[in-house]
Amino acid sequence: MSADLEAVVSAALNAFNAAGDLEEFKNARLAHAGDKSAIALANRELATLSTSEKSERGKIINEARSRIAQAASVREALLVEARDQRVLVAEKVDVTLPLDRSSRGGIHPLTSLREDISDLFIGMGYEVAEGPEIEAEWLNFDALNIPADHPARTMQDTFFIEPISAGLVLRTHTSPVQIRTMLERTPPIYVICPGRTFRSDELDATHTPVFNQVEGLVINRGITMANLKGTLDHFATAMFGEGIVTRLRPSFFPFTEPSAEVDIRCFLCRGENITDSESCRTCRGEGWIEWGGCGMVNPKVLQACGVDQNVYSGFAFGMGLERTLMFRHGITDMRDIVEGDIRFTQHFGAGR
Amino acid sequence: MKFPISWVSEFVKLPTGLEVDIITQALVGAGFEVESVQNLADEINGPIKFGKVISIEEITEYKKPIRWVSVDVGEIRNVICGAQNFKVGDHVVVALPGALLPGPFLITARETYGRTSDGMICSTRELGMGDDHTGILVMNEQDAPIGKDAIATLGLNEKIFDIAINPDRGYAMSIRGIAREIATALNLDYLDPASLVEVNDSKDPSGPIKVKIKEGADRIHLRSVSGVNPDAPSPLWMVRRLQMCGMRSISIAVDITNYVMIELGQPLHAFDSDRVKGAITVRMAKEIKTIKTLDEQERELFAENLLITDDSGALAIAGTMGGFESEVSAKTKAITIEAAHFDSVLIAKNARSQKLSTEASRRFERGVDPQLTHIASMRAVNLLVEYTGAKYIGFNAVDNLIPAQKIDFDPQAPSKVIGGNYTNEVVSGVLLAIGCEISEGKNGHWQITSPSWRPDLNVSIDLVEEVARLNGYENIPSILPASPLSRGLTPAQRRRRRVVQLLANRGLTEVQSYPFISSETISIMGFTGDRAKAYRLANPISEEEPFLRTHLVPGLIQVGLKNFSRGVRSLGIFEIGNIYRAVNEPSDSPKIGVDAKPSAEEIAKLLAHVPKQPLCVGGFFAGALERESWWGKGRNFDWSDATQTAVEVVRSCGWEPTIHASDFAPWHPGRCAELRVNGIMVGHAGELHPRVISALGLPERAGAFMVNLDAIAYPESVKAKAITTMVPTIQDIALIVSREVVLVDLINALTQGAGSLLEKIELFDRYTGAGVPEAQVSYAFTLTFRAADRTLTAEEVAGHRASAIESANKACGAVLRS
Repeated sequence: MSADLEAVVSAALNAFNAAGDLEEFKNARLAHAGDKSAIALANRELATLSTSEKSERGKIINEARSRIAQAASVREALLVEARDQRVLVAEKVDVTLPLDRSSRGGIHPLTSLREDISDLFIGMGYEVAEGPEIEAEWLNFDALNIPADHPARTMQDTFFIEPISAGLVLRTHTSPVQIRTMLERTPPIYVICPGRTFRSDELDATHTPVFNQVEGLVINRGITMANLKGTLDHFATAMFGEGIVTRLRPSFFPFTEPSAEVDIRCFLCRGENITDSESCRTCRGEGWIEWGGCGMVNPKVLQACGVDQNVYSGFAFGMGLERTLMFRHGITDMRDIVEGDIRFTQHFGAGR
Repeated sequence: MKFPISWVSEFVKLPTGLEVDIITQALVGAGFEVESVQNLADEINGPIKFGKVISIEEITEYKKPIRWVSVDVGEIRNVICGAQNFKVGDHVVVALPGALLPGPFLITARETYGRTSDGMICSTRELGMGDDHTGILVMNEQDAPIGKDAIATLGLNEKIFDIAINPDRGYAMSIRGIAREIATALNLDYLDPASLVEVNDSKDPSGPIKVKIKEGADRIHLRSVSGVNPDAPSPLWMVRRLQMCGMRSISIAVDITNYVMIELGQPLHAFDSDRVKGAITVRMAKEIKTIKTLDEQERELFAENLLITDDSGALAIAGTMGGFESEVSAKTKAITIEAAHFDSVLIAKNARSQKLSTEASRRFERGVDPQLTHIASMRAVNLLVEYTGAKYIGFNAVDNLIPAQKIDFDPQAPSKVIGGNYTNEVVSGVLLAIGCEISEGKNGHWQITSPSWRPDLNVSIDLVEEVARLNGYENIPSILPASPLSRGLTPAQRRRRRVVQLLANRGLTEVQSYPFISSETISIMGFTGDRAKAYRLANPISEEEPFLRTHLVPGLIQVGLKNFSRGVRSLGIFEIGNIYRAVNEPSDSPKIGVDAKPSAEEIAKLLAHVPKQPLCVGGFFAGALERESWWGKGRNFDWSDATQTAVEVVRSCGWEPTIHASDFAPWHPGRCAELRVNGIMVGHAGELHPRVISALGLPERAGAFMVNLDAIAYPESVKAKAITTMVPTIQDIALIVSREVVLVDLINALTQGAGSLLEKIELFDRYTGAGVPEAQVSYAFTLTFRAADRTLTAEEVAGHRASAIESANKACGAVLRS
């Protein structure tokens, strides 16, 4: 390369390197690579040369231009990078500042539990059936083999709607939904019935006049009590964890026969190392905790609902949702669940 | 039911040392919940002996009389005693130094009243035998021989079980029944106490009192004794057993009837024979209006109460409580024991209508062995003869008992119902053990005669339950059943979940309030029309709040107030729940039987009889929505937050609601939005009425909403729209209109005028003040136009814009702001 061009290139390179920021660089590039730069003038002069000279000189000029352009590009990238670094640092914020302009919401844990149970049983082939809270006595009692003189129908347990002659009550269990389902559908029936129920107990640490139940009903050919046991074991494990099995204890309900109380293995002590009632506070040393009731649907109930007992049999079970919730989350006072203190629900959050 | 295990062990050979735990497990396994087992031996320890009072020295120098007593307990002991109810020669219980009494109370020889008291003479309360502390326990020589250990004799080391008995197992409300259950469960020998009673029925009926049954019973026995010594005391062992079963000793005659009832399960009544006039009759009360019962209560009778009567009127409320007039007294010399088998439903009605749940009624309601009337009455007579010197003078009876129907039973039924394999041997073993008789029937079936003491065994399934129970529920296998495919959640159930999630994510907290409200609340809310038509409970928890909610907002406000009282200052809460409105006065319930499925018509009638109870979601907001912090000022909830939330709820149901100005309690008449879907009102939202806010002391500008989820239709599935790639054209318009114009009308007019190419219209400013005439307001909108197939020309868009303005001018008097 000719000495003049060499000087032009090195002047450009020096100027680029001397540029400390993008502004200076822009000026340097204008001066050394712009239209009026030495290299541009040299390029323009090519037009005055003869063809043979042109080729030779053109090649050299191109080489010089290319070196200048290359250097400009490298320097620019460097300066852009440096500027970005500065700006990004300057724009940094504290992302740990509080963001909650308004308060967090929460889903009541009874709602979440109801959804969990519904999903569990839907996965097992069930559907979720619902019914009204003000219910006909016939559906709440008569059809369930609780005749007019059964003690459960007395004023002590049941809320009656005025006038009494209307035969309307606040449902005392979700069993009328089972009756409605049997009247409406033909077997096979696999449903669970979650919902609000009512009994005239005063609110205290373990009772509430308004509570929630989930009942299950299965009617099909060849359904046995062993199927009931299998279903309850599966349910208990899903609710309380692996290894929490159920125990059935003979009991009495008008709407089932045989009937049983459902106990679950104490999830705290698991029935191990029990010596006396002091050894486990949760189960009082029994190793088992009462969870709900169940049984094979009484033939009288099937009869009232027109289900052919020669073909079909079925089982039913029912659990209190509040009780289940208390077990699952270590809640010791029923009032926390029902009073609506937002701290209680917010603690459970809006998701899972 | 409470009972000492020693009584049971008279009829079951319990191996010595049989642990309490084994008996508990056997009872629980057989379906009897063991509420408690009290081991008295834990609380008492010897030496506690019977002694005879040899001498008494009265000490008078202290404030209360004190005695210095010598007792012979096999050796002479001198003790100080404060009680006065004994004399020289009486037998008493003496706790000697080293003894432990319930309390715990350790007896030592101690200095008191200037002497060394070498033990203590005990009252029944000090011995843990009862509550009587008026004096010490005085006994006779026969019951309390000198020097004998009092702990064993008085049953102070008993184990007392308290068990719960299910309503279908009346037979277990007796030592007879419990002993049988324990024997069956543990496979032990059993002796039926009923079989031990010597029944003297060889002679013809010869009792002095005739007996009739008009209705309500199928068997009754009257047995009479004369020559009763009314002063005869109840034997100590009987008193003690009654005590341990939770009953007080009253008099020998009453104690005997109670004792036999607990032992055999047959309630008895003892009448003073001399106070019965004419024949004893079992009948309905009908025209007999009152009775004074032995608790000295004057009771009004219902026509359907079942009574025991004589010529003078009511003698007793059958199976429930005796009458005062014919009760045995301290002078009674002639007693008639009545043992009847009443209709269990009628006794249940007696107990309920008279609010009298007694030991007798509880047994009759649950079913009593009908064969017991002549045995139990005899057992009572035998005890009267033995302990009061009475003479048995004869009986009268009515026996209309119909032998129980045989049950046709398929021995395969237990396997079919329970699952698993119950062999014929296992099944027959259980049925024989509970007292059934089995004979061969047709087609391999069995004919079962159930025992008289099991009135609960009537149909095949009752027997299946016994097989399952006595073979052990723990032996039932655990098998998940095959099931059909599920259709999953219903649209309503999915909608509910979406709404809950939406509201929680918007920062609201879910609550579940009680649905009970007061009439005061209804009036504070300003409810009228359907919202004021509340169902009333016949038996509310609180007479203050006898009504069922017609709206969700009052309950939400209550929950809000509770939170405010606990220091919360701002909140947003919501509830999903049913409301109840007595739109129609409830009519009488349709009458439907249970012997077969009701007809379609009956079902329709029944379902229509149950009122609609729409599922609604409501919200309540008060205080700050956004707090003040590094981002700047905070912001309080206002009407727009309530309305926006309600709109979001409707959107999560798949619809864009239209909004209309409304005046609807409990909202502010000028700040209440009505939401409609397809022209149907689905809810309201806005700021609460200032009257409601001040009456309940709520934070200012508190807001609320309620949306009726059941009123919102389920949208058809959405057809997808083609997405155009054409560029939109944007036009801004500022209009001035009267403040009387509602914005939604203005937007509707613009939309209509702008034509079908208008994609979107948005308000970006609302302005009053300089440049806008008084009583007018300026609105500025951005209109977005787009065609699917081409880029719009400037002329085209200018035309649409002009027609939008013209339409707004025509409909609302709007003019372009210059």
